[in-house]
Amino acid sequence: MVSATTSTSRDGARRSGPDGADRDGAATPARPRWRERLADPGTWAELAAPVGLVVLVVLFQVLDPTFLTLGNIEAMLAAAAILVVLATGQTFTVATGGIDLAVASTMTFSAVMFGVAFGAGAPVGVCVVVSVVTGLLFGLAQGLVIGYGRITDFIVTIGGLSIASGLALVVSGGQPQSIISTFMLRLSTGGVGVVGYPVLVALVVAAAAHVLLFHTRFGTHVLAAGGSPEAATATGISTRRVKTAVYTLSGTCAGLAGVLLVARIGAAEPAANTQFLLNAVASVVLGGVALMGGRANIAGPLFGALLLTALTNGLTLLGVSQFYQPVAVGSVVVLAAFLSRYQR
Amino acid sequence: MSSPTTTAPRPTGPSEPTGDVLLRARGVSLSFGSVRALKDVDLDLRAGEITAIVGDNGAGKSTFVKCVAGVHRPDDGTIELGGDAVSFRDPQEAREAGIETVHQSLALVEDLAVWQNLYLNRELTKGVGPFRVLDRRGMRAGARDMVSGLSVNVPSTTSRVRRLSGGQRQAVAICRAAGFSSRLVIMDEPTAALGVQETERVEALIRRLRDDGRAVLLVSHNFEQVMRLSDQVWVMRSGRCAAGRRTEDTTGEEIVALITGAKSA
Ligand SMILES: Nc1ncnc2c1ncn2[C@@H]1O[C@H](COP(=O)(O)OP(=O)(O)O)[C@@H](O)[C@H]1O
Ligand SMILES: [Mg+2]
Repeated sequence: MVSATTSTSRDGARRSGPDGADRDGAATPARPRWRERLADPGTWAELAAPVGLVVLVVLFQVLDPTFLTLGNIEAMLAAAAILVVLATGQTFTVATGGIDLAVASTMTFSAVMFGVAFGAGAPVGVCVVVSVVTGLLFGLAQGLVIGYGRITDFIVTIGGLSIASGLALVVSGGQPQSIISTFMLRLSTGGVGVVGYPVLVALVVAAAAHVLLFHTRFGTHVLAAGGSPEAATATGISTRRVKTAVYTLSGTCAGLAGVLLVARIGAAEPAANTQFLLNAVASVVLGGVALMGGRANIAGPLFGALLLTALTNGLTLLGVSQFYQPVAVGSVVVLAAFLSRYQR
Repeated sequence: MSSPTTTAPRPTGPSEPTGDVLLRARGVSLSFGSVRALKDVDLDLRAGEITAIVGDNGAGKSTFVKCVAGVHRPDDGTIELGGDAVSFRDPQEAREAGIETVHQSLALVEDLAVWQNLYLNRELTKGVGPFRVLDRRGMRAGARDMVSGLSVNVPSTTSRVRRLSGGQRQAVAICRAAGFSSRLVIMDEPTAALGVQETERVEALIRRLRDDGRAVLLVSHNFEQVMRLSDQVWVMRSGRCAAGRRTEDTTGEEIVALITGAKSA
């Protein structure tokens, strides 16, 4: 798990958050930090996902003791992996004050392109590259239109959603392509202990994203462009390039998620995958990432993705009708958005 | 004292300036459509001095300042910096030439820490090639030095800007402009939104910049402030640079008369 505290460096006796800011810089150092942090509602917004996750896990375990069996934990982590990858990419677009509504469709399109390459007899390694590059290029195209065409993120990516879904149908002829490959089988079933390979992939992606966001110039520029486009521009940061980059990043994550999706279902299908879009956005919101941009973290959305997966899994275990699951997910998200109101 | 309006007035007498001319504008003109915002503006400013530009609303002060800062490109005329003609395509080029601007909006990112704002787009990195990562420790230490070097009153360089008062924000913005070996710091109405005490602090900060040997270009509506702070005053009236005075050779009344046009240069 990527912890927000692993990378914070000590600064004399003073500690600051991963984004470099104290929540209470003006406070007297004598008082314990944690007490002030607990008094700040912003902390609660950022802690919503991990705290919510613990509450859910305890609740489900009490209601159904099979919830925390090794097998079910393994299943939940595997189910969460794709979502974590999508939510991590999405975090960057939301951090700039945008949103990538095409993530799930890009993933579908990438998966279908994987299938096309596979059907044409390409080695699996090439298919993986095709899938990731498809996502990258689709994200790049969206980013260029948003950054340089100066069209609202929301409009461009809702168009992108439609285009990517359409392209997936066109390219596949509406037909699924089954993928029979030992590599893909091992990717979906193998792993280290309870941690499957997809989970490892997701963790590596999240860790890399954390470094990118908090330990590179690019990450700072993403937060600056999201927090104040005027200030970013005034200091010479190109908000257009930042926009282009974050959508390219989100698309690339979607392409990678496409590979994991193919491995998981053993086929490349032009399915809609709408729930992945909703859950990816929901994970980001649950993770305490400000929808207006400028404030983000990676661990939060990761916990958000785990929470949503645990919620769906637990409800299924308890025999709650599938129909109620979107209702539960939606309610949790609105609750999280409500908490984030206090973040500022 | 008599000065022709076409060339910069040559100050004479006991208050002969000592610093070198850092920025020399000659015949700078700029129109926005049919609005001639600047007409043949001639103006000098010197290192180690605070140069004020005063004038009525719409006189062209901000427009001139933006020409120097690389926001606008003059239609006509020349701007020399340290003897070399410059023509900035964007603010970044002006910044690289050592001209820093404190915008009226301050251009700070509220959710970033003070140190991150001070180093915005000038982040220190360590490592090699594609594996360059931020030198956060170095930047925090540098930020503390920048802040204490100017005796800026900021609670901590790790606080978010959101938590600062108006005066503290202004101080951070000025501190950023002063850092990184800038030669000229431009401030457009730096104290317009501040209370009395905060204004005093910011004025002290501006003086420290001058004492540090930098050129400061100050646009202000506050005559008392101009008389208190500046070494040289330029009066703008409807797009022209109408007059220039050494501050110690003039009075508030004269400046007002020059602004309104009751008195000509
Ligand atoms: N971007 C712009 N587009 C059109 N007209 C402008 C623009 N900026 C300034 N002006 C005009 O130029 C003139 C000078 O404005 P300005 O430099 O802002 O004056 P000051 O700062 O002295 O109050 C005004 O008539 C103003 O309306
Ligand atoms: Mg103005």
